[in-house]
Amino acid sequence: MFGIKQDFICELPKKYYTLSDYEKGVARWCPGCGDHAVLSSVQRLCREEQLPPEKTVFVSGIGCSSRFPHYMNTYGFHGLHGRAFPVACGVKFRRPDLNVFVITGDGDCCSIGAGAWIHAIRYNMDITTIMFDNQIYGMTKKQTSPTSRLGTISNTHPTGSVLPPVNPLQTSLGMSNVSFVAQTADWVPGHLFATIKAAYEHPGFAFIKVIMRCSKFMGPLVEEMTTNRDAISILTHENGIQPDEGTLKAYKHHHVHDPSDINAARELAEDKEVSYLGLFYQNKEALRYDIYGAHNLGFTPEDKIAAVNAQLDKYAV
Amino acid sequence: MKDGNGSLATPSPKISNRLTLKEHILEIVSDSGEGAQKAGQTFGAVSAKMGNGVWTVEIIPADIQPPPRTKESASGIRIRFGSGKITNAGDEADMLVAFNEIVPYTRIDQNAYREGTIVLIENKWGTDESKEIRESYSRAIQDFHDRGFVVYEIPMEEECLKLTPNPKRGKNMWVLGMLSHIYGRDMEKAAAQVGYIFRSKSKAVIDANLQLLQAGYDWARDNLDLCYEVPSPASEEELVVMNGNEALSFGIQAAGIELCSMYPITPATSTSHHLAECIQASGGIIHQAEDEIAAVGFAIGASYSGKTSVTITSGPGIALKTEFLGLAVMAEVPLVVIDVQRGGPSTGLPTKVEQSDLLAVLYGQPGDAPKVVLAPSTIEECFHFVILARKIAESFRMPVILLSDANLATGVQPFPRPQLREEWLAPPVDQSPWKEGAKPYGWDEKTGLSHRPIPGQAGGEYTLTGLAHSEAAKVTYLPEINQKTAALRSLKLATFGRTLKPPQVHGDEEGDLLIVGWGSTRGAIEEAVSRAQEKGLKVSSVHLRFMSPLEPGLKDIFKRFKKVMTVEINYSDSLDDPMITPENRRYAQMAWMLRAHTLVDVDCFSNVYGQPLRPGKILARIQKELDNL
Repeated sequence: MFGIKQDFICELPKKYYTLSDYEKGVARWCPGCGDHAVLSSVQRLCREEQLPPEKTVFVSGIGCSSRFPHYMNTYGFHGLHGRAFPVACGVKFRRPDLNVFVITGDGDCCSIGAGAWIHAIRYNMDITTIMFDNQIYGMTKKQTSPTSRLGTISNTHPTGSVLPPVNPLQTSLGMSNVSFVAQTADWVPGHLFATIKAAYEHPGFAFIKVIMRCSKFMGPLVEEMTTNRDAISILTHENGIQPDEGTLKAYKHHHVHDPSDINAARELAEDKEVSYLGLFYQNKEALRYDIYGAHNLGFTPEDKIAAVNAQLDKYAV
Repeated sequence: MKDGNGSLATPSPKISNRLTLKEHILEIVSDSGEGAQKAGQTFGAVSAKMGNGVWTVEIIPADIQPPPRTKESASGIRIRFGSGKITNAGDEADMLVAFNEIVPYTRIDQNAYREGTIVLIENKWGTDESKEIRESYSRAIQDFHDRGFVVYEIPMEEECLKLTPNPKRGKNMWVLGMLSHIYGRDMEKAAAQVGYIFRSKSKAVIDANLQLLQAGYDWARDNLDLCYEVPSPASEEELVVMNGNEALSFGIQAAGIELCSMYPITPATSTSHHLAECIQASGGIIHQAEDEIAAVGFAIGASYSGKTSVTITSGPGIALKTEFLGLAVMAEVPLVVIDVQRGGPSTGLPTKVEQSDLLAVLYGQPGDAPKVVLAPSTIEECFHFVILARKIAESFRMPVILLSDANLATGVQPFPRPQLREEWLAPPVDQSPWKEGAKPYGWDEKTGLSHRPIPGQAGGEYTLTGLAHSEAAKVTYLPEINQKTAALRSLKLATFGRTLKPPQVHGDEEGDLLIVGWGSTRGAIEEAVSRAQEKGLKVSSVHLRFMSPLEPGLKDIFKRFKKVMTVEINYSDSLDDPMITPENRRYAQMAWMLRAHTLVDVDCFSNVYGQPLRPGKILARIQKELDNL
């Protein structure tokens, strides 16, 4: 073409990945489930960032959300209930070249996996975590979740749940070495995408809580969440997540919040009346355990043998 | 051993005739914190460096800060050393050094001493301010005499006070000096070893300890008529001396394993301490996880994305890791799991030996979870079996569990220095494009084997799952596929089993009684069997290295003996109990497996005293069995 010979091209253009390069199968979530929106946003992120599928790993636990890796045409690890974080951290520790995502749910993360979750925050490895919070156990058919509101009627609490919910934002913000905490909602696509993108770009452990609809088991709560626009406020700040025009128009309540202010972030997280969508907290300087983990990669066999021999010398008779 | 002929580096002016011993068993027992273990470990290392065969085993107090001068406070060490190879801790001790009169009773309760055992005891308690203590001391001394011990009352504190205002710290080095004279230890080597163990301390501290060492040596020379020689045969073979947990650490590094993910637990943790000191220099790293479950999950994640990793734990940790082990089996993730067994169930006996995790690691998972299980029987095997375990895990794409125990963990023994090889190391992570059309679980129908794609391999993208899945890693609940994939995973064990040889019989290939052992008990069993053979008894033994799959040919071997009996350190019902019948009896763990595997009426001799098995006790049982045959 244009008389240029192939020989003159030093480097063949890299493959351009399209959305379909990241898609696999048909997602088996219920119609109207919020999970579909997150899947689309993540596939869009992969295309925008041109993430090589072979260098991208989605790690999940168990639950509706955790089926996610099966619908991504990348590497995936659909492991044990509550244990996505240790696996993901293990994947990343010696493989700094991999893009690692954790997909988890409110039960997977905040109940059975709570111990692993708070330590993953503290490890602050470069991992993007998306926690699908629909406040109910869906896969096992409507049991109370750790984030279910007090009084939630479920199959395990037919007369209403009896404990106040875990607040995942508050918990994350209370953990030492926390570096990125954000909240978004599945039915606000522009904001959802901007949040996932900001999390991906964050150098460290990014925790996103996505307020999700469960069309099957949430009952009237779905309607209330998606239509009561007074219960939602969009966080704005030059260092925060920049939502699209549509989001800002749809939601009239805005709140200026500096994401470096952890105390203000904690207050917002504890607000029981309003759910804030946006970046609660970010610290790009927090200590990163994955950098420590990968600091001595690539020893040659000779290096290794010499090092072990030097140690053995100390035990020689 | 360039100078390992057992001769004295420091000449002894007063006594020229040393009594030559083939071997001796020495114990040093003090209150927790007085350093008996450090003195004994140093004595053992020096003896090994002189070319003696050595086995040491620690006597560990039950609590962190037990009150002093109590039986609970007893902390110490047993060192069995001799001219030839020593493979176990032996029977009753020949010599005891005691820092007070109470602590020996812990060991007296365990029948650690005999008539004629020499007791060297700190004499300061005889003149203590407290009347109660003075009386306790003299009562004990009388009791020791009554038991037939040969008692020497030693002014340890008094002598140490000449050099240090605080003999509680340093008395152990004085004792080491005293023992060095008694057994003709090479003082140059002893001084070098003391310098090594205090390498992180100041020169002043090292010098003070060396002075105490020399003072103890001189005092024994001038005041004691105990004077032995334990010759060591000249050998050109290069040796290293270490405990089993250190050997595991070396094995991990020599295998090129680059990640050990662990959570602290006794008695496995000292492996991690050693790794923490040196694995970064050999290109690896250690991760201390937030719990046992996360530790194995982290290792599995790292294995999945690259090189096979190791997690190391003890019984309670194995219980917690159970679910992840099932995932590693189901999803075929290579993994090395080291279990340094202790007494169970539950928290059990954290510092004591048991071989009680065998059935738990084999059958702990819900569903069928075939995996390779092997058990080293010596310190040297602790090293080599890790290298083997990594290779099996990689080749067969499954977890491999290595069962060590508290006896091997703290036992110190010299062995030929491994000549490290490049092929022992894990190969670099394959990042070449995945073969087009190949499935992530492209099982070979004849062997069950398949290759795994590793993240970074373009075209190999798949989602690993613990759910039932097809060749393409697709979740499926089709009955035929679940049946077939279970068979393929199981087939891998049969495939691996084909590479194993029948175990070697120690002694004649046929006879009256065959003893079957596994793991750390090999030294004690083979010593007992050899002693029985010397008496003309028709007894032999086999020692199993592989628990899953079992080594082949066992039934053929068993059939050539009138009786087969396992000897194990785990629980079994005693037929002496009136409630227990041959029908309802619960057998020792290996016996249980062998009965099912061979349909031979395998008996067992096992207990859970938490102590290493003694050859004398096994010999007595062999005799009893043969008398009843």
